[in-house]
Amino acid sequence: MTVVSPGADVTTLRGARSTKRADSVFRGLTLTAGALVFAILAAIAIFLVVKALPALQHDKSSFWTTRQWDPDTTGRYGIATLVFGTVLTSLLALVMAVPVALGGALYTKKNTPRRLSTLLGYATDMLAAVPSVVYGLWGFFFLLRHQVGLQVFLNHWLGWIPLFAGSKGDVNTFSKSVFGASVVLAIMILPIVAAISREVIRQVDPAQREAALALGATRWEMIRTAVLPPSRPGIVSAVMLGLGRALGETIAVALVIGNSYFINWKILVPGGHTIAANIANRFGEAGSLGRSALIASGLVLFVITLGVNLVARYVIYRAGTEERSAAV
Amino acid sequence: MRDLKQRSVPRAALAGAAATAVALAALLFAVTPMQGQADFVVFTTVVVVATVVVLTWVVEGRRRAVDRLATSGALVALALTLLPLGFTLGYTAYRGSKRISADFLTHSMAGVGPLSPRGGIYHAIIGTLEQVLLASAIAVPLGLMVAIYVTEYGRNAFGTAIRFLIDVMTGIPSIVAGLFVLAFWVLALGQGFSGFAGSMALAILELPIVVRSAEEMLRLVPGSLREASYALGVPRWKTILHVVLPTARTGITTGVMLAVARVMGETAPVLLVVGNNNFIHTDPFNGPQASLPLYIFQNAGSSSDFDVDRAWAAALTLIAMVVVLYVAARLLTRRNALARR
Repeated sequence: MTVVSPGADVTTLRGARSTKRADSVFRGLTLTAGALVFAILAAIAIFLVVKALPALQHDKSSFWTTRQWDPDTTGRYGIATLVFGTVLTSLLALVMAVPVALGGALYTKKNTPRRLSTLLGYATDMLAAVPSVVYGLWGFFFLLRHQVGLQVFLNHWLGWIPLFAGSKGDVNTFSKSVFGASVVLAIMILPIVAAISREVIRQVDPAQREAALALGATRWEMIRTAVLPPSRPGIVSAVMLGLGRALGETIAVALVIGNSYFINWKILVPGGHTIAANIANRFGEAGSLGRSALIASGLVLFVITLGVNLVARYVIYRAGTEERSAAV
Repeated sequence: MRDLKQRSVPRAALAGAAATAVALAALLFAVTPMQGQADFVVFTTVVVVATVVVLTWVVEGRRRAVDRLATSGALVALALTLLPLGFTLGYTAYRGSKRISADFLTHSMAGVGPLSPRGGIYHAIIGTLEQVLLASAIAVPLGLMVAIYVTEYGRNAFGTAIRFLIDVMTGIPSIVAGLFVLAFWVLALGQGFSGFAGSMALAILELPIVVRSAEEMLRLVPGSLREASYALGVPRWKTILHVVLPTARTGITTGVMLAVARVMGETAPVLLVVGNNNFIHTDPFNGPQASLPLYIFQNAGSSSDFDVDRAWAAALTLIAMVVVLYVAARLLTRRNALARR
């Protein structure tokens, strides 16, 4: 400790100094914690790149185009099918989940008594809390078996669209397919999209709504003219965050997708694969090059999801809304 | 005054029309080759909505009809949101309850093959609890510190950057967190599979959730409380530790519990870096451990019905653990004076 000159008010001085020191120590501690967030993210990027390099260098030319995954045997592997399947399943999931999530969000906010709406909020949150492996288990043992009828229906009436094409025999059996994976993904991202949309919609100025109603608008016209336009950036970012979640979902997809390495638009027939599911399914048997190759594919997934999330955040920040809180 | 009023369909007429539509649909399903419960529900819904909308259109005009259509659409969407939850929870409870028992919860898989009906998940429960606790031991203090920095000190570029990075971190797929620990801990540092390796991956996933909920709660603490504390000569760090944190305590606890519930079910990172173990292994720092999500994943892929039954019972246990945490967190929220304001 420093020497205090006699006669000065000893206690106050010492107190003031140690307070200052304690304050800056505490501030430093929290600052370190903040810096650690930087460090963790940097470490994730660095270590993924370093450990992916052997696989990327070994297979320089064809990593992006090869449609098979045999790193440890033939040394041929590539992510063409995986990226295709990842994007396709996620987009299909969005197509199914977004209208439902938005409709549900509008309903919970617009038409229900307060108690019911809180309960519904709890239920959607609960949907988000169910572990993904349980969705996978349920998808495989329940959903895939019960959606055969829907597959036949889609194939019969919409079979002229390439997506729903396929032979009757393929469609009319329970099988692991892109469609099954998309439905499971849709169910999984529903609560996220719904929760953020609900939050966004709640922040619309009530005066706007009342003004619309006072001008004689019906409830739907009020929603269309006064609620949806100001919520648009928030809803867009909700959709992007849902997309990010769908792209990275692993275990549920691994249990319900076909593990094939063909690029195929026919979503109803057995087949399909995604980056994350491939990692989960092939990790156990992977040797050293195999692990490196899986890490390389994970790096690609990381970059894709990062891109999607950055866009979502950019939309939120530019709109300056505060729905950030709901976007867990 | 009568002609100033909008002509409207009485509620009873709407209900009657809907009931007639249901009856017609039922009749159709009875006499024609149409069949199937799901088909019936879908078909009936479409018919009822169409009837109500057309009736409204005829009596009240196009605008009211579109409004009815939108309301019906929202209602259907709501049902579609809740349906999967009911089916998932219901079916898991149905399949899981067949196999679950005190014996199942208190025995490991030691010496139990796929074709044996015995065995249990005691070892997996221990593994999951240890891994989640360790992850929280890392993520919760760190997350609180970050949240404190961001709310109390971070009104600068660095604070904004951290907030942004935390947002980015929420978007990291769980499998990528697992791959990172694999690359860093197992491959680069040469450490073996262990529960702790899994905890690190889980901590990466838990950290942003903790930061954001804590940050939100800290922001809710009124500035006047801080100012009152400063006015009494209490230094800043003591104000934060003894005034701000205790005020936000309930909310932070809720956030932490939800974060724990979230990471408890994460399978992907555990699959990559924890390994697997059929035996009770209580040391999370050395050697492969079991965990509930992984147990479910591996048994789900088995061709043995006994394994599948075990997977469902384990899934029911996992959901029960998550739901208990979740409900407890929600009950706590009710008592949270800050969030209620």
